[in-house]
Amino acid sequence: MKIIVCMKQVPVKDSLLKIKDDNSWVHEDELNYEINESDHYALETALRLKEAHGGEVVILTMGPERVKEAIKQGLAKGADRALYINNADFTSIDPMTNAKVLAAAISPETPDLVLAGLQTDDNGSGQTGVILAENLGLPHTSIVMEIEKLDNGIKVKRELESGWFQWIELPLPALLTIQSGINQIRYATIKGIMMAKKKEVKELALSDLGLSGADVAAGSTGLDFQKVYVPEKTKQALILEGDPKDVAEQLADKLKNEAKVF
Amino acid sequence: MSVDILVVAEQRDGALSRSTVEAIVAGQNLGSDLGKSVGLLLLGQNLSDLADEAAAKGVQEVLLADHEKLADYTPDGYSGALQQVIEAENPDYVLFSHTYMVRDYAPKLAAALGKPLVSDCIHYRMEGRAPIFVRQVFQGKIDADFALQGDAPYLVSFQTGAFNADNLKAEGTGAIRATNIDMDRVEVRTKVLEIFEGVKQEVDLSKAERIVSVGRGIKKPENMELVKELAEALEADIAASRPVCDDGWLPLDRQIGSSGQTVAPKLYFAVGISGAIQHIVGMKNSGTIVAVNKDPHAPIFDIADYGIVGDLFEVIPAVVTAVKARK
Repeated sequence: MKIIVCMKQVPVKDSLLKIKDDNSWVHEDELNYEINESDHYALETALRLKEAHGGEVVILTMGPERVKEAIKQGLAKGADRALYINNADFTSIDPMTNAKVLAAAISPETPDLVLAGLQTDDNGSGQTGVILAENLGLPHTSIVMEIEKLDNGIKVKRELESGWFQWIELPLPALLTIQSGINQIRYATIKGIMMAKKKEVKELALSDLGLSGADVAAGSTGLDFQKVYVPEKTKQALILEGDPKDVAEQLADKLKNEAKVF
Repeated sequence: MSVDILVVAEQRDGALSRSTVEAIVAGQNLGSDLGKSVGLLLLGQNLSDLADEAAAKGVQEVLLADHEKLADYTPDGYSGALQQVIEAENPDYVLFSHTYMVRDYAPKLAAALGKPLVSDCIHYRMEGRAPIFVRQVFQGKIDADFALQGDAPYLVSFQTGAFNADNLKAEGTGAIRATNIDMDRVEVRTKVLEIFEGVKQEVDLSKAERIVSVGRGIKKPENMELVKELAEALEADIAASRPVCDDGWLPLDRQIGSSGQTVAPKLYFAVGISGAIQHIVGMKNSGTIVAVNKDPHAPIFDIADYGIVGDLFEVIPAVVTAVKARK
């Protein structure tokens, strides 16, 4: 089974985000990055499928130079090679634009399975994977928690709301978006890290994908991103100040006498 | 007759879901701001009873996409049927509630139509004649504004709870009309097998008066003891955010949030929970919310009544002592 895993790098959880003066986005140069959580689970899913059924795992990522670190990590864990789209000349938070570029990189590979995390921890639209399926003409299931290989396709467990699940059968090739927690993510071994250095990383520019600047121009899909800002607080928490003992005493008083909850 | 704002309904146990009513409220607000009519689209099989219910929800028209291929939800079936309805009706806006089902097919539909979808919006505001849709990025820490350009239709999904279902204006009776969809043109490639409840919900946290809930900040399973002591002191039930249950430190039936239980206790005490949207939707209607977190910018503080910024491993034992002293 040839599997392509779409991975994105996002700011490390709990990063202190500072918004640019022109509100165009956050200051990215001061941040540290990690593999988006559900994409990380997607990679682990791909590696397990390969171990069980054979084949190849190819990482696909897009971003500035820094994302090569995510590729290195993925290859060290056992992916066979990587496709890297250098987007130095464009960045978009429009899922339709990003899916267009990713689809152009995936199509010539003709994979059996495309995996992506269900949503990113930065933009979080949760759309790119599903749009990608439509662009590639593949059947898909989102929010997948388990995968079984069948003779003529796959059977997947999809998460529904409030603790319910559903089994769905799909033919291959197909696309799945993976939910965090589907498995336990492995660590890279020293041997894996050494081997990763010899693995192929193919760098692709927009022109290599048959796309031009006009294809990725901001607003070209009708989605006009305007600005980011810190949300207005609808409710102001009373932040209790002092050393741990002080704040604990204050809180216990408030809960007993003001809120009357115990 | 045609509708300008088409709201796509979702059913639950044979009735319209609460989130559908919320989406109708969104449609009614937008309709009144833009001077446009609102219609509701039902998809499924044998929809006549549901259509009568829908007609009483304050919409001008109820459109039906009734077909055996829509009896079970599939992304191919729903996207294919909706594409035909939207191309025939040509509404200005198509509104959804951002449910797990909508997350599964709406981006596909948008791509098939070549129209933008702004997903998981928390509200909109008018700037002149144009609505600006607001959605959260970076897990709820930052808001982002989006306008929609080019030719309609525009697709928008709203987060559960973004609009209040109690604000529905249910006046008049909508006309019911069947749509012409040709489902022979739609190939359904996925096969739906059984639907089942993953974990037997042995604990019903929706009736709990006090809940102590624990998140990623607890770091190790050994540290759970600390939270259990706090729960005992407050006579509270214990619950968790998703990562804690995923790691098996608490059973899945104690998970709060979009994939777990929705609760509204008198006291919700969040320990080491940053407050991702998926968690917030499950507890935001709690009476008094307390948050202890080391990150002063954690979104949980935006909905908390009382906040303590600090190391939970120092704060929680002190709170246990202080609570016990007052009993």
